[in-house]
Amino acid sequence: MAIKAAHHPLVHDSALKQTCGAAHYLDDIPEPKGMLHLYIAMSTQAHAKIKSMDLSPVISARGVKCVIGAKDIPGHNDVSPFGGDDPLFAQDIVEYIGQPVFAVAATSRELARRAAQLAIINYAPLPAIIDIAQARQAGHFIEKSKTMAKGDAKKAIAKSRHRTRGTLVIGGQDHFYLEGHIAMALPLEDGDVHIYSSTQNPTEIQHLAAHVLGRTQKDITVEVRRMGGAFGGKETQPAIMACACALAATISGQAVKCRLDRDDDMIMTGKRHDFIYSYECGYDDQGRIAGLSVVLEARCGRSKDLSGPINDRAMFHIDNAYDLPTAHITSHRYKTHTVSNTAFRGFGGPQGMIGIEKIIEDIAFNRACDPLDIRLLNAYGPGKSNKTPYGQKVEDAVIKEILQDLATSSNYRKRRADIRRFNKTSPVLKKGIAITPVKFGISFTKTFLNQAGALVHVYADGSVHLNHGGTEMGQGLFIKVAQVVAQEFQIPVEQIKISATRTDKVPNTSATAASSGSDLNGMAALNAVQKIKRRLAKLAAKKLDCAAKDVIFKDGFLSGNGKKISFADCARNAYEARISLSASGFYKTPKIRYNPVTLRGAPFYYYAYGAAVSEVLIDTLTGENKTVRVDILHDCGRSLNPAIDLGQIEGGFIQGMGWVTTEELVYDHKGALKTHAPSTYKIPTIGDRPALMNIEIWNKGRNIEPTIYRSKGVGEPPFMLASSVYCALADAVSGALDYQVYPALNTPATPEEILRCIEEGLQYGS
Amino acid sequence: MSRDHIQFLLDGELIRERVFDPTLSVLQYLRERRLRTGTKEGCAEGDCGACTIVIGEACGEHVHYKAVNACIIFLATLDGKEIRTVESLGTPHSPHPIQKLLADKNGSQCGFCTPGFVMSLYALQISNIPANPGNVSHALAGNLCRCTGYGPIIEAALEMGENAPETSSAQDLKSLQHDECVKISATIEGENKVFYIPKTLEQLEEIYAKNPGAVLLAGGTDVGLWVTKRHQCLNNIIYLGAISALNILLENAKHVEIGAGVNYSDALPILTKYYPDMGAVMRRIGGQQIRNLGTIGGNIANGSPIGDMAPLLIAAGATLALRRAGTLRTLALEGFFIDYGKQDLRAGEFVKAVNIPKPRPDQRFFAYKISKRFEQDISALCAAFSFELKGGTCTQVRIAYGGMAATPKRAVLAEKTLEGQRWSEENIRRAMAALEDDFTPISDMRASKDYRMRTAQNLLLKAFYENKSGQPIRVLEENLGH
Repeated sequence: MAIKAAHHPLVHDSALKQTCGAAHYLDDIPEPKGMLHLYIAMSTQAHAKIKSMDLSPVISARGVKCVIGAKDIPGHNDVSPFGGDDPLFAQDIVEYIGQPVFAVAATSRELARRAAQLAIINYAPLPAIIDIAQARQAGHFIEKSKTMAKGDAKKAIAKSRHRTRGTLVIGGQDHFYLEGHIAMALPLEDGDVHIYSSTQNPTEIQHLAAHVLGRTQKDITVEVRRMGGAFGGKETQPAIMACACALAATISGQAVKCRLDRDDDMIMTGKRHDFIYSYECGYDDQGRIAGLSVVLEARCGRSKDLSGPINDRAMFHIDNAYDLPTAHITSHRYKTHTVSNTAFRGFGGPQGMIGIEKIIEDIAFNRACDPLDIRLLNAYGPGKSNKTPYGQKVEDAVIKEILQDLATSSNYRKRRADIRRFNKTSPVLKKGIAITPVKFGISFTKTFLNQAGALVHVYADGSVHLNHGGTEMGQGLFIKVAQVVAQEFQIPVEQIKISATRTDKVPNTSATAASSGSDLNGMAALNAVQKIKRRLAKLAAKKLDCAAKDVIFKDGFLSGNGKKISFADCARNAYEARISLSASGFYKTPKIRYNPVTLRGAPFYYYAYGAAVSEVLIDTLTGENKTVRVDILHDCGRSLNPAIDLGQIEGGFIQGMGWVTTEELVYDHKGALKTHAPSTYKIPTIGDRPALMNIEIWNKGRNIEPTIYRSKGVGEPPFMLASSVYCALADAVSGALDYQVYPALNTPATPEEILRCIEEGLQYGS
Repeated sequence: MSRDHIQFLLDGELIRERVFDPTLSVLQYLRERRLRTGTKEGCAEGDCGACTIVIGEACGEHVHYKAVNACIIFLATLDGKEIRTVESLGTPHSPHPIQKLLADKNGSQCGFCTPGFVMSLYALQISNIPANPGNVSHALAGNLCRCTGYGPIIEAALEMGENAPETSSAQDLKSLQHDECVKISATIEGENKVFYIPKTLEQLEEIYAKNPGAVLLAGGTDVGLWVTKRHQCLNNIIYLGAISALNILLENAKHVEIGAGVNYSDALPILTKYYPDMGAVMRRIGGQQIRNLGTIGGNIANGSPIGDMAPLLIAAGATLALRRAGTLRTLALEGFFIDYGKQDLRAGEFVKAVNIPKPRPDQRFFAYKISKRFEQDISALCAAFSFELKGGTCTQVRIAYGGMAATPKRAVLAEKTLEGQRWSEENIRRAMAALEDDFTPISDMRASKDYRMRTAQNLLLKAFYENKSGQPIRVLEENLGH
C-alpha cells in the first residue's frame, strides 16, 4: 500500500479526539490528590506605589493554604523573556491595572478568589501614562528608538512631483484563544517540580521557573500536550501562571493549578501592540514611489517583553511587497502603564505593512487609476533592485505573478468597474474592493532562536515514538512533523505516536512561533530519522545482500537487490542485533545573518507570499459593514499538508479581518481595559465570514531554499491578507464620498469609525 | 409538600442530586462532579459557546431539544429534564456522524471550541431543522472559533443530512415531573443557600411573599452572570422555569400575549409574523443558546438600558401584566422603567406576561439594532419606529430607543414633531433634530455619545428611505419585506 505522508491533506491528528471531547487540555487532566487552586490578585492601579499590603485577612480566610508574594520568591522575581523587567509579583510599585500583586492557594477556586478580595492594600497613585500620545509627550520610552534607511528618502520625497502624507491609527488586538491561560505544578522529590503549562515555549517556562525558585534547569520539567489556541499569546505570558503555580507548589507541598477566567486573562496578559503610523511618500506621475518616510510609534506597555523584536519586525515589513528606491523608518517604542503588549500572529508585521497598502491606495486615488496598477508598478520583481530597506536580497520575487494570477481568477478588474457603477445608483449602501499582497519574512529575527531538536524512537515492533520541541496549538504542527517521519520511514502515519512536548525529552528549544514550527521541527525530526534509517539500512543491507546505500525505504518495506523486509521485521532484527533504535535530531536555519544594532543583513531565510481580493458593503447611515466576498491565492511553497495549510490561510485571514473591523480594545483614561470578555470584545462570528470565499494555494509555489520538502511557513502570513478588507472599506467610504476624497480610515474600522470618515469627508468635500 | 432533590436524565440514566450548591453551574457539575471534561469553559458568560450542551424537555408527546450554554445555567434548573453532552454522542473509536464529519472536513484545529460546535449542530439535527446555510449560520452564531475561520465547519454542517438522532420518550421525562415544589437547601462554604422550584403561580406567590428578597430566576442569561462574572453569592433563588402558567403564548384578534417565562426562540416565530423587523432584531439577541434560555419577561424585568426587547415592544405599544397575591396590574411598558436599575415593581410582585397589540392595517414598523458585530453583540443602540400612514400623514407615532438613556425610552419630542404631520424627508429631518432634545446619550466601550446620537438620527432617515422603497436597505442580507 502506498504511504500517504508528505504533501497529502491528512486531517489533524487529534481531530476526532477533539470532536468527541476526548482530547485532554490542561484543565481536563485528572487532578492530583489534594490539589490547590491558585488565584492571582491584580493591581487596581495603573501606576502607584504600594504603601502597605496587609494579607493577614487573606491568610486566615476559609480554605486558604498559602499566600505568595514577592517576598516568598527564593530566586529571582522575574518572568521576562530577556528584559529582566517582568516581576512575577509586584514589589513596591505597580505599573498596570491587572498586574499580579500576590496569589492565594486555596481548596477551591472560588474560595481562593474570595480570599484574595480581603487583602488590604494601600496605594499611593503616581502619574500614569496610558496611550501613545501621552507617552510621546512625556518622552516615555521602553527602549531606544531605532532608525533604518535606504538611500536618502527625505531628498527623494522632496524632489518628487507628488507627495502624500498622513497618519494611520492601528488598533491592538486580544488573542482570544478559546482556552485561557492555565498551569498546574506538581511538587516532586528533591524539591523538583513538574509543570503542565499551556505554553508555546516550554523551555522558557522551565528556565524561568528554575530562576524564580532558585534552582537549576534540570530540576524543572515542563510538559504541554496541546493548547486550545495561542496565536502568540502563549509565547511569554504563560510564565506568570506557571511560575506562580511552581512557587505555590514548592511552598505548600501540594499540587497547584491556576486557571484564569476570561476577564482576568484579558486584563492580566498582553495583546497585540497598537501603533500610530505616520508617513510621507513621494511618487511620480505614474505612481512610482521614489521615497517613503515612516515614523512608527507603538504602545509597548509596562515592560520590554518582546516589544524590541516586534517593533523590529514592523520596520522590516514597511516595504511589504514593494521595492522602495529610498526609505527612512523611525521606530519609537513607548512605555505605558498598561499591560505589556506581546507577540501576536504577525509579530509587528501586520502593523508594519498595512500602512503602505493605504499609501498605495492613496496614490492610486490621486492619480485616478486602479490601485492594482500602482501595486504592480512598485512590486518586487524583474527590473527592480529587489533589495529591501535592510539590505536583504529578495531572491524569489514572485508577488507580481501571484497578484496577476489572482486578479484574473477573481475577475478583479471587471468587479471593480461594476462596483463603481453600483455605487452611482445606490445612495445608502456602497461597495468597495481592494487587492493587496503579502510578503512576509520567515525566521526569528533573534538569530539564535532558529534552532530545533527532535527525539525519535523506533520500538521493536516497528511502531514509532515522535517528540520534538514544537508545541501544538491547533496549527497542525504535530501532524506535519509526523508526516515527515512517515515519509522518510515510509510507514503509515498511524504507526507514529505523537507525544506531548516535554523539556526532558528535547532540551533548549525555541518557542513555537514565527511561522517556523514545521520548518525547524520538521528538519530536526528528519535529521533524527535519517540517523536511524542509516542504522536500519546497514542492517538490512546484510539481510538483503546489497550495499547499505542501495537500501530503499518504500511503502512499509526496506528493499534492495530484488528482496525486501518489512519495516517492523527490520526493527525487530535491529533490536535483537543490539542496534540503537533511538536518535535525537537537530537543525539550525542556515544562511541568516543580521546585525541587530545596524538593522542590516539577511534576517530571513526566505519570504512567504500571498494576495487577497476583498469586496465589502457599507451602510453610509450607520457605518455598518460586511465583507461579502474574498478571493485568496497563497504561497505555501510545496505544501506539506494542503488541508492544514488551507485551514491556516482561512483562519489567519478571518482573524486579520477581525483585527481591522470589529475587534476594538478600549481603555478608559485611568488605564482600565473596558473590553475584557466576549460580551464587549467582538471577534468574528460565523456570520461575519464572507458568504463567498475562494481560497487557493498557489500551485506554482516552491521554496527556493531547501526547507523541509520545499514547503513554506504558513502560520502568520495569511493574517496580513486582511489588509485587503481595510483597503476595500476605505474604497467604499471613498465611494460614499463620490470618489472625491480618500478617507483617513483608522483601524479597527468599526461602524463608528466608518461613519466618522464619511461625515468628515462630507464636510471636507463641501 | 415539597421535595428536597432534583432529578434529571443524563444519557438515559436517572440522576438524583440532593446536596449541592444551588448556584453550581451545569458546566462545573459536568466537569468537576461527573468528570465529563469534553464540555469546555471559554468565557463563563454565554458568549463563546464552548460549553454548549443539549437539553431535552417533554413537550406534549415529544421531547423538545435545544442547545444551551452550560456555563450560566444552574444545576438545579435541570429538574425534570434530560441533558446530552459531547460524550453522549460518540468516542474517537465510534464517533457520531457529526463528530466524524467535523473532523474529516478539518473543522477542528485547536479543538477547544469544537465540542460546543458539535452540540449546536446536534441540536439542529435532533430538532429536525434542515441544515441549510441560513439555519446553520443561526445555529452556530453563538459558537466562537478563533482558528478555522468557520468555512470547514459550515462545509461539515451542510453535509450533515437528516439523520435525526434518537430522542428519548416523552413518557420517561414526564415521569420525572410532578406538582410538588422543589426546595434545595444547602450550606456551602459557610453560606446557607436555598433554591425553590415552584410549579404554580400560587406556589410562587407564597414563596415570594415569605422571601421578598429572593432572586427570581428565569432563563438565567442575566442572573447566571451575577454568579459567574460578578461573583455574587445568591442565597435565595426562586426558579420560574417550571411554572407552566408563565410559559404561555396566546393570541386573540387584537393581541399576542407572551408569558414572562417564554424564551426568545419560542416567541420569535409569532413576533416575526406580526412584526418582521422585531424578528430580525431578535434573531441577533445573543446566540441560539442564549435565545433558547433567555426570556422576554426577564429581559424586561431586569430593566437593562441596553436590552433589545424593551424598545421594540414599547414602539409596538406593549403592556405588561404584573401579578402579586392573585391580583393583576396592567401597565404600559414604557412606564415600567423608572430609572437605571429601577423598575415599577412592588414587593412580591412579578412580571406575568407582556401583551403586544397586533399591527393595524396602515401601521408601519421598523426596527434596527446597531452593534460592532452583527451577531451576538450587545446593542450600542436599538431603535424601533411605529406609525400609521394614511394619505401621506403619519399618526400614532411611537419612537423608542435603547442605549440612548439610562432606561429604554420613547423619543417624546421627536414623536411630537411627526405626529399628525406629512411623512416627508423634511419632517423626518425635523424629528432627527428633535432627538437631540430627547436624549443625552453617554460614551462607553460600545460607542461614543456622538455616534449614538448621529446614528439614532440616521435610523429615522433609514426608515424613511426603506418605507419609500418598500424594501430593506441594509448590509445584512435580510429580505424580510414590509
